[in-house]
Amino acid sequence: MVESFSLVVFFGAAIRLAVPLALAALGESITERSGVLNIGIEGSMIAGALCAALAALKWSSILLGMVFGALGGGLVALVFAIFVLGLNTDQIITGTATTLAGLGFTGALYQARFGMTGSVITLPVLRSFEVPILGDLPILGPIFFQQSVTVYLVYLLIPTLWYLLFNTSWGLELRSVGESPEVAEEAGIRVLLVRFIAIVSGGLMAGLAGAHLALDSGTFIENMSGGRGFIAIAVVVLGRWNPVWIAIAAVFFGAASALQFVFQSLGSNLPFPLFLMLPYLLTLIALSGWFGRAKAPAALTLPWPTKGR
Amino acid sequence: MKDSSPWLALLVSLMAVLLTAFLTATALMLGGFSPVVALQALIEGSMGSIDNFLGVTLVRAVPLILTGLAVAVAFKSGVWNIGAEGQFYAGAIAAVWVGLSLGDYPSFFSIPAVFLAAALAGSFWAFIPALMRIRLGVGEVVTTILMNFVAIHLVSYLVRWPLQEERGVFPNTDLIVESVRLPKIIVGTGLHLGFLVAVMLTLGLAGFFNHTVLGFNLRSLGGSQEATRVSGRLNISSLLVVTFLLSGCLAGLAGGIEITGRTFALYEGLSPGWGYTAIAVALLANLNFKAVLLTGIFFGALEGGSGAMQREAGIPAAWVSGIEALVLLSVLASDRLFRRLLGSKWQLKLRESGSDG
Repeated sequence: MVESFSLVVFFGAAIRLAVPLALAALGESITERSGVLNIGIEGSMIAGALCAALAALKWSSILLGMVFGALGGGLVALVFAIFVLGLNTDQIITGTATTLAGLGFTGALYQARFGMTGSVITLPVLRSFEVPILGDLPILGPIFFQQSVTVYLVYLLIPTLWYLLFNTSWGLELRSVGESPEVAEEAGIRVLLVRFIAIVSGGLMAGLAGAHLALDSGTFIENMSGGRGFIAIAVVVLGRWNPVWIAIAAVFFGAASALQFVFQSLGSNLPFPLFLMLPYLLTLIALSGWFGRAKAPAALTLPWPTKGR
Repeated sequence: MKDSSPWLALLVSLMAVLLTAFLTATALMLGGFSPVVALQALIEGSMGSIDNFLGVTLVRAVPLILTGLAVAVAFKSGVWNIGAEGQFYAGAIAAVWVGLSLGDYPSFFSIPAVFLAAALAGSFWAFIPALMRIRLGVGEVVTTILMNFVAIHLVSYLVRWPLQEERGVFPNTDLIVESVRLPKIIVGTGLHLGFLVAVMLTLGLAGFFNHTVLGFNLRSLGGSQEATRVSGRLNISSLLVVTFLLSGCLAGLAGGIEITGRTFALYEGLSPGWGYTAIAVALLANLNFKAVLLTGIFFGALEGGSGAMQREAGIPAAWVSGIEALVLLSVLASDRLFRRLLGSKWQLKLRESGSDG
């Protein structure tokens, strides 16, 4: 009985820890589907966390925190989009720059606002609530349906994105831009506009992921994104650019970090860093094609237009 | 950013620095700080005294120069190595491991042994993404990022379990013995032999790329892989492997030198993201090796002076990574700007000469 209880807690924690990864990775998958690899979503995420914290602190509102968090992430992605689409700069270098900018300026703003010593700020916290009926299910209820609102948001986003990607003309345009911008342009699709929307959407969702980090822990800490933006990029690859698989991949990464807390609470001396390493190794193996070939959008990271400019 | 004349490159870099300075000053004023006071504190902290310059700025510059070279080597040949951070840690792990296992041998034996281990480990860390690109066609951007995280978690495992210090309390290794520590270049300052190694490697690389056949071939790889392939005389795969290995070797050495020159022990967060800052270092230098030496020192001064800026001017030290990002963005923007300006002039000239003939 005790064992099954801790398993439920473990899987519940895995889902909760997967949320920021899933949000950011679902957003990044939209960006990547358009042929743009934005490795700057780490910057979007930390900006989202700070904006969410500031808004939630000012208005004592979770909702406004999430809205401003998303906007903060979108703003960083906007800078990325202006450089990559407007100036046709290299995606990788620009993404590195926006990551550094996000981490640097949020840290500076935080220190300027709350002092160098890093006084602890306390925010309204995301509370978990039970979904009627579903929450009462044995085992599944406590794992999936006694969670915070961001978890349910991810549940909604998965089928929505899947539908958008594979069953709407917008999804078709997005994918064609990512596979072959030349052909897409000839078909009358405005490549840069599609990419712009895809980049900013990705940023908004990464910002939301950051907002979850701040509001779930009830505070803001410098560098609290802790590389999750980069992990999200791995999650997209492991999830093969497909919303359903991305969610599953995110839970896998979430489970790896949940193990750490299980080990610590059980007083176990099992080496948790090795478990944290596992998802990365698995992603490398997945990329090597051991589980069948995962195929990236063909135009990923390629500049557009290819000449001129 | 390739094939530009040195003057144009210098112009782009200067423009980028000016743009960054302007943006930073504006941001500081908006934040209610005085840019003049900030600059004074920064200069004072990074080069106000011989001690500060040698012991703070140049010591900080060593890992930045070496990882900057690693990035420059890779980017020059069209290899997007974002993994200098992981390769740095691989080198640091190897250095500390060999350093701890070696008994008290003479330094002229043990220090080269540690360097070799660090270089090999960094190369190995880069070899996996190299294999994946060449054999499986998997792009190195994502794989090198993944390898960074594998290295970071490996460090946190090693310093808590097999390599933890003797008492088993803190998450760091024991200190390496005296004989594997780098001697100081100037006694009484923090400036260690690693700086000399970095300078020599810079000059060596510049010579290698400019005066040897292999160096020439590596450069041609970056120009156009298609042209290199068509010319048929070169084996692109092996050139790519060489690039990856060389890049990883430099970043690994950076880790080894940091251990043997400054910290003498391994712990989590040994690098405050040097592998990523290195990208800014290399690009501000327009991927020119000798210029990396200067930009490495420039960024070393920024990081070294940030502490003083915080103490004297009350400006958060985190500003510095913001400034690093602004440098990158300014380089990108001014490169594009000059290219467009000169590009249109160039075309104008062509048209004029065309009308003549």
